[in-house]
Amino acid sequence: MFISPALWLAAGALGVAGVSLGMDPVRSLVHENGTMALRMLVATLAITPLRQLTGHSDLLRLRRMLGLFAFFYALLHLSSWVVFDQGMDLQMILSEVVKRPYLLVGLSAAMLMLPLALTSTTAAQRWLKRRWTQLHRLTYVIAVLAVWHFWWQVKKDLREPIAYAVIVTVLLGWRVWKRPRAAKARSAPATTQGTA
Amino acid sequence: MAHKSASIILPSEITSEALFHDRRAVLAMGLAGAALGAATPLTALGDIPAERYKAARNARLSVTETPNSFEEISGYNNFYEFGTDKSDPAANSRNFKPLPWNVTVDGECEVKGSFALEDLLAPQTLEERVYRMRCVEAWSMVIPWVGFPLAELLKRHKPTSKAKYVAFTTLNDPKQMPGQRERVLDWPYVEGLRIDEAMNPLTLLAVGVYGKALPNQCGAPLRLVVPWKYGFKGIKSIVRISFVEQQPRTSWSHAAPNEYGFYANVNPAVDHPRWSQATERRIGGSLLARRQATLPFNGYADQVADLYKGMDLRRNF
Repeated sequence: MFISPALWLAAGALGVAGVSLGMDPVRSLVHENGTMALRMLVATLAITPLRQLTGHSDLLRLRRMLGLFAFFYALLHLSSWVVFDQGMDLQMILSEVVKRPYLLVGLSAAMLMLPLALTSTTAAQRWLKRRWTQLHRLTYVIAVLAVWHFWWQVKKDLREPIAYAVIVTVLLGWRVWKRPRAAKARSAPATTQGTA
Repeated sequence: MAHKSASIILPSEITSEALFHDRRAVLAMGLAGAALGAATPLTALGDIPAERYKAARNARLSVTETPNSFEEISGYNNFYEFGTDKSDPAANSRNFKPLPWNVTVDGECEVKGSFALEDLLAPQTLEERVYRMRCVEAWSMVIPWVGFPLAELLKRHKPTSKAKYVAFTTLNDPKQMPGQRERVLDWPYVEGLRIDEAMNPLTLLAVGVYGKALPNQCGAPLRLVVPWKYGFKGIKSIVRISFVEQQPRTSWSHAAPNEYGFYANVNPAVDHPRWSQATERRIGGSLLARRQATLPFNGYADQVADLYKGMDLRRNF
């Protein structure tokens, strides 16, 4: 299900199965992959609130897959820009990244995803224990950077980046709102124990 | 490049005839419904005969590069009045009614008034000009416009010595232009030229492309083409031409003054704050086609660089 946009884009790029990427295929490849990365990222962030709301803990297994798909699409987004848009002109790419802050923001988001993808295995999770949770909170930073990157490159019509910004704010806000309660809930029994 | 076939496409092969007649049928129906109650007229009021658009090419002012296909030109462009995506204009302009059309000419000139488009066109010989089109978003096309020099129209209206600039306004009609229901820009769209830019022989008022009337999404029935400037200067569906003394408040330079200037001359040396203008992607190339170098004044420096002598083009971007 999550792979189908990538297959569609690949078919379009190769010109098979009657799929067309439109008049500006380079732009389509870069934009569609970027949009998919952002969607997958948002979906990853939605898992925890959904689990807390519904009590379905098996949603957690979905989270790893969504996160890896976000990384996969971010890589396709970045590489289609490097290969097709910039024609692998490294000098041009470097000067562009230095001169255009929105590119640096996007590149940072992609780079930060790398350690998360590498430590996505159950083995890594067991090995890193609490540090794994801390490390994977980088997702919050990545989501903010990704929306910022999108927002910054839009010419004028901000409706789409605003929509993503609102969703990410709600999803991160949920965590802030939930945290003091969770902390209280955890500390409350401890206090009871202490006085008992 | 990629459009080997484009040079041998006959104008008649480009728009489907059905689409063309459909447009007429809509017009005719509107008229038949009027109090006249007469038989459906063959040529509706305000219509312009198809033969008028089959104009001879002005080879001296045309580039020799292969033009983009009609599908590319009419399927991929910016016209925010119909939506902000580059496929929106084609998708959302089907119900737009370009004819009959009136243009108001006013301001610092002697011959003012509201003129029917066919009357404005009557004294003109239309010509085809193959121009480069460079979008500020760093993509480009080559387009065989059909039109006439703006200067010829302007001169007929006898501008006074106070006419330092020419301002243009697009139709403001959210019913026909769904993009105007969102305040993405401050509608109506306004563009402008300094009078000497407006009088330059390259500056074209276009009414057609590929030997046919302009499709709605390309700015029917009357649009501006200024080939040495970024595409957004080429205002579409013009309803008003005003001679003014002060530099007009143009839409994009008003919306984002640090990103879009009044002059907006194509200049590879002056980057957009968020992207480079040094290169461009020619629409229609293969996925692996390299970007090509953007030329100063979009390759029209010989004809127009003199207009900006002594001006700091970095400041007046």
